[in-house]
Amino acid sequence: MGNVIGIGAAPKRKEDQRFLTGRGNYVSDIKRPGMTSGVFVRSPHGHAVLRGIDKSAALASPGVIAVLTGDDVKADSLGSLPCGWGITDAKGTPMKEPPFPMLAQGKVRFVGDMVAFVIAETPEQANAGAELLKIDYEVLPSVVGVLEAVRPGAPQLFDDVPDNICCNWELGDKAAVEAAFRKAAHVAKLSLVNNRLIGNPMEPRAAIAEYEPGTDRFTLWTTSQFPHVVRFLMGALVLNIPQHKLRVVAPDVGGGFGVKQFHYGEEAVITWAAKRVKRPVKWVASRSEGYVSDRHGRDHVTEAELALDENGKFLAFRVNTLANMGGYLSTFGPNIPTNLYGPLLSGVYTTPAIYCNVKVVFTNTVPVDAYRGAGRPEATFVLERIVDVAASEMGIDRVEIRRRNMIPKEAYPYQTPVLVQYDSGDPMGCLDGALVAADVKGFGARKAASARKGRFRGLGYSTYVEACGLAPSRFAGRLGARGGLYESATVRVHPTGQVTVMIGTHNHGQGHETTFAQIVSDKLGVAFENVDIVFGDTDRVQFGMGTYGSRSLVVGGAALSKATDKVIAKGKKIASHLLEAAEADIHFESGKFSVAGTDRMKTFEEIAGAAYVPHNYPLEVLEPGLEEQAYYDPVNFTYPGGCHIAEVEVDPETGTVTLVNYTAVDDVGTVINPMIVEGQLHGGIVQGVGQALFENAVYDEGSGQLLSGSLMDYCMPRADHLPMMKVATHSTLCTHTPMGVKGCGEVGTIGSPAAVINAVVDALSHLGVTHVDMPATPNRIWRLLQNASLPVAAE
Amino acid sequence: MKPFAYHQPDGIPDAAKLLISIEDSKLVAGGMTLIPTLKQRLASPAALVDLSKLGSLKGLADGGTTITIGAMTPHAVVAASKLVQTKIPGLAALASMIGDPAVRSRGTIGGSVANNDPAADYPAGVLGLGATIITSKREIAADKFFLGLFETALEPGEIITAIRFPMPLKAGYAKFKAPASRYALVGVFVAKFADGVRVAVTGAGPGVFRVPPMESALSENFDPSAIAAIKINTDGLTSDIHAEADYRAHLVTVMAKRAVDAALS
Ligand SMILES: Cc1cc2nc3c(=O)[nH]c(=O)nc-3n(C[C@H](O)[C@H](O)[C@H](O)COP(=O)(O)OP(=O)(O)OC[C@H]3O[C@@H](n4cnc5c(N)ncnc54)[C@H](O)[C@@H]3O)c2cc1C
Repeated sequence: MGNVIGIGAAPKRKEDQRFLTGRGNYVSDIKRPGMTSGVFVRSPHGHAVLRGIDKSAALASPGVIAVLTGDDVKADSLGSLPCGWGITDAKGTPMKEPPFPMLAQGKVRFVGDMVAFVIAETPEQANAGAELLKIDYEVLPSVVGVLEAVRPGAPQLFDDVPDNICCNWELGDKAAVEAAFRKAAHVAKLSLVNNRLIGNPMEPRAAIAEYEPGTDRFTLWTTSQFPHVVRFLMGALVLNIPQHKLRVVAPDVGGGFGVKQFHYGEEAVITWAAKRVKRPVKWVASRSEGYVSDRHGRDHVTEAELALDENGKFLAFRVNTLANMGGYLSTFGPNIPTNLYGPLLSGVYTTPAIYCNVKVVFTNTVPVDAYRGAGRPEATFVLERIVDVAASEMGIDRVEIRRRNMIPKEAYPYQTPVLVQYDSGDPMGCLDGALVAADVKGFGARKAASARKGRFRGLGYSTYVEACGLAPSRFAGRLGARGGLYESATVRVHPTGQVTVMIGTHNHGQGHETTFAQIVSDKLGVAFENVDIVFGDTDRVQFGMGTYGSRSLVVGGAALSKATDKVIAKGKKIASHLLEAAEADIHFESGKFSVAGTDRMKTFEEIAGAAYVPHNYPLEVLEPGLEEQAYYDPVNFTYPGGCHIAEVEVDPETGTVTLVNYTAVDDVGTVINPMIVEGQLHGGIVQGVGQALFENAVYDEGSGQLLSGSLMDYCMPRADHLPMMKVATHSTLCTHTPMGVKGCGEVGTIGSPAAVINAVVDALSHLGVTHVDMPATPNRIWRLLQNASLPVAAE
Repeated sequence: MKPFAYHQPDGIPDAAKLLISIEDSKLVAGGMTLIPTLKQRLASPAALVDLSKLGSLKGLADGGTTITIGAMTPHAVVAASKLVQTKIPGLAALASMIGDPAVRSRGTIGGSVANNDPAADYPAGVLGLGATIITSKREIAADKFFLGLFETALEPGEIITAIRFPMPLKAGYAKFKAPASRYALVGVFVAKFADGVRVAVTGAGPGVFRVPPMESALSENFDPSAIAAIKINTDGLTSDIHAEADYRAHLVTVMAKRAVDAALS
């Protein structure tokens, strides 16, 4: 029998055995008898009136079984794709929420908008049929940028959404902020762009749907981060399929980063089509198709102002942002640049007054929604950048200005002026640790060495906090959430003492099968190998909200911990009967139920056996079996954070920025598996570095064409772009989660863009450069140097 | 991918005959460029004529003052060739900078030169060294071969069999990789011969081109400083989301200097 591998250990990941030996089971691996192939026909135009579709040639094409369009959707009275959040403006007026039909009706609003679905015997035949579809478009001018979209005379996406503004959202005390600005000794100002990103999980999206007439049941296999939510949104709100007649399975999924945490029209179309053609239907996206249909991330234009007193203390912070929503509201769309952005603007600082206005804007682009970090990297970027601007303008050291404004460890719990209350943290401790780990003392010598080679070296800091563990339902409900954000877990102990856990989160790269098994192994004293984690199937798992927002361990792990406690409690009752002792005297430790102060005991396996063979069992007061379930709704968000320090070298001749050192000291609360945490931090940091230096989704204004439409033009970070990273944790415990955990899935992505750009600006500051927009590409840096006040030469 | 016929001839005349006789047929060498266009349904030839069985198209030959490289020789073989590394190290370096290991193992010099992608590396080496393209029909000087964006002097049914490179006194290549694709945003090949210097630029415009002012300056003084002040005109240079024309023009000078440095080291 194997060993207990508990909390704090770093076993290799259980799931990697199947992933690394090619035995994963992904949606595209699944084949169903009689399966057909579907292809989506997508709009090649950013904005056009859909005048008509002639299906006849496509239908006559060999192998084509059916062609479905928006008219068929309308004829079947199907619902629109729902938005999970309804935000309001300051007066309480609800956001504009135009319908999002699963196949376009009347108009197309972005390149990639779905116009038709062609089903054929083979993918080739479906593609050939799709090419024969005659679609009559009346092309309209497109608007893709937020500044352009709100200008008078801009193309209007929806007749009833004036100026393309979905919602004019506000947070904070505007009057208090204005008053503080009036008495400020200094005001720092910054205009910036938060660049638009494409998620790029390794596995493109895919789906298969099947309808069984015998049971009147549907099954949808989909690349989803939250199958139960898809079942609810699609079944209850789009297709009118009763929940008990719909099974949604998200098997192994090759990465998500947010891209797969939405209910997509493709899922609804395929499920609907499977019943119409009475055969299973399969669709697998190509990478290029993903680029014009996977929800994009970020895309803000922001003006920020920070008011300071003469000592560099922050008095007030004012932020005005235009946030791109794309052509329609996606599942979480309007929540990201508002509720997940404004409340983060306090950062780790004691700024007493904050006001934030976000105009949420429709444009002719792919809908924008959550992408790893979701709102919080945008907030961190604005704040950590303007802190540097203020420091440089006031001649205060960048570390010193942060120290002067940081929330001291003793001040927690700390109520910010923007809704959230931080329960615990030690930003100063993270900063101190990072300064040492990054050898900031030695930076001067390294900078001089770079200068001798004609290179500019810079150091950048980001001391940040985020809100994760989404989310306390009551709090979220007040902010506009239309669903709950709890999580559930079932712990099923088999008669032999092995354990199967059914949990509502979804593992798509995070290592849950390992982390959660460690929790059970630790708590029940069961061997690590004797615990399996089941997820991703609405027929096997009771319920769940899925994986996003660094919530799986924080919320799902808490449910699991609670369910495990219930198993122990029931085990104690059984043991008290078998050992003929009072329940209060039964002590459970290391897999043994013992009578306190004696050597009488029963093993966990013996108790499990007794529960299922209840011959000697208190049947009058206790049910047989050993299986417990728990739901957990968090009382607050968790607030991981830390200090990231980036060091870059700039080649002024070509404008190339090289990241030469990277240090992160993060507070993620209790660490269950340090190897997995390190991996999450590495991956998160790389994604943030990608945003800072390489990635940019670029649309052509006017035509609405995506110019960065493939990996040939959209630059992902690669191994050779990165130095070896120094990653460490400096943890304070979360005060309200059962295990003290805070979550670590997004911290890297949230802290890093600001650290990298602050380093780039530092490297160029002697030339008068005060800001660099992301991504800091060679062309952009070269242009800045061309325009800089001083000639290009190393110091 | 649409269906197509597949032929694997075992002689160059057979291959040429298939190309002429089957309308809409295409040669396939390493397939690194062609196969993706088929998959995306951007091209749908009726037949593919695969050159991979033609052993005579593979390998390198030392001609004393020249090196002849068979059209089907993969980039990785050129990069690793002792002959190229000692006699034209700049060319070995160029081959080692193409794509990634998988692409270098499959992609061929003939395919690259025939394709004449405006951002491909080999065209800079071929033009910079003043190589000769040997085909199933004739020999074509590099200066007459590259005709701009994906255009070459090849006639229908004409197959590149080899490329003959003269050995220079010194040669070097410097490549500024496009951030995403890692093709040449700007690549400059510089070669010094007894009778002068040639400078060829790829990536900057719609096709590979020479830079006469740099060539004469370097013929006088083969040193980076000789060309530091030479700026090329931005007219006709490419502007796209990665680099504007003036930045590309600037990079031509920077990469040319670095290519000379590489040639001297
Ligand atoms: C991911 C990736 C990265 C790449 N990066 C680079 C890079 O950095 N730099 C670079 O230069 N290239 C790069 N390439 C292109 C690569 O070098 C290709 O191998 C090359 O362009 C084509 O060679 P091939 O042998 O694969 O030709 P194929 O794809 O087989 O053919 C290309 C074309 O040439 C024709 N052709 C092939 N052989 C002959 C012949 N002997 N005579 C006449 N016509 C012929 C074919 O009919 C076809 O039209 C990259 C490719 C990929 C996929």
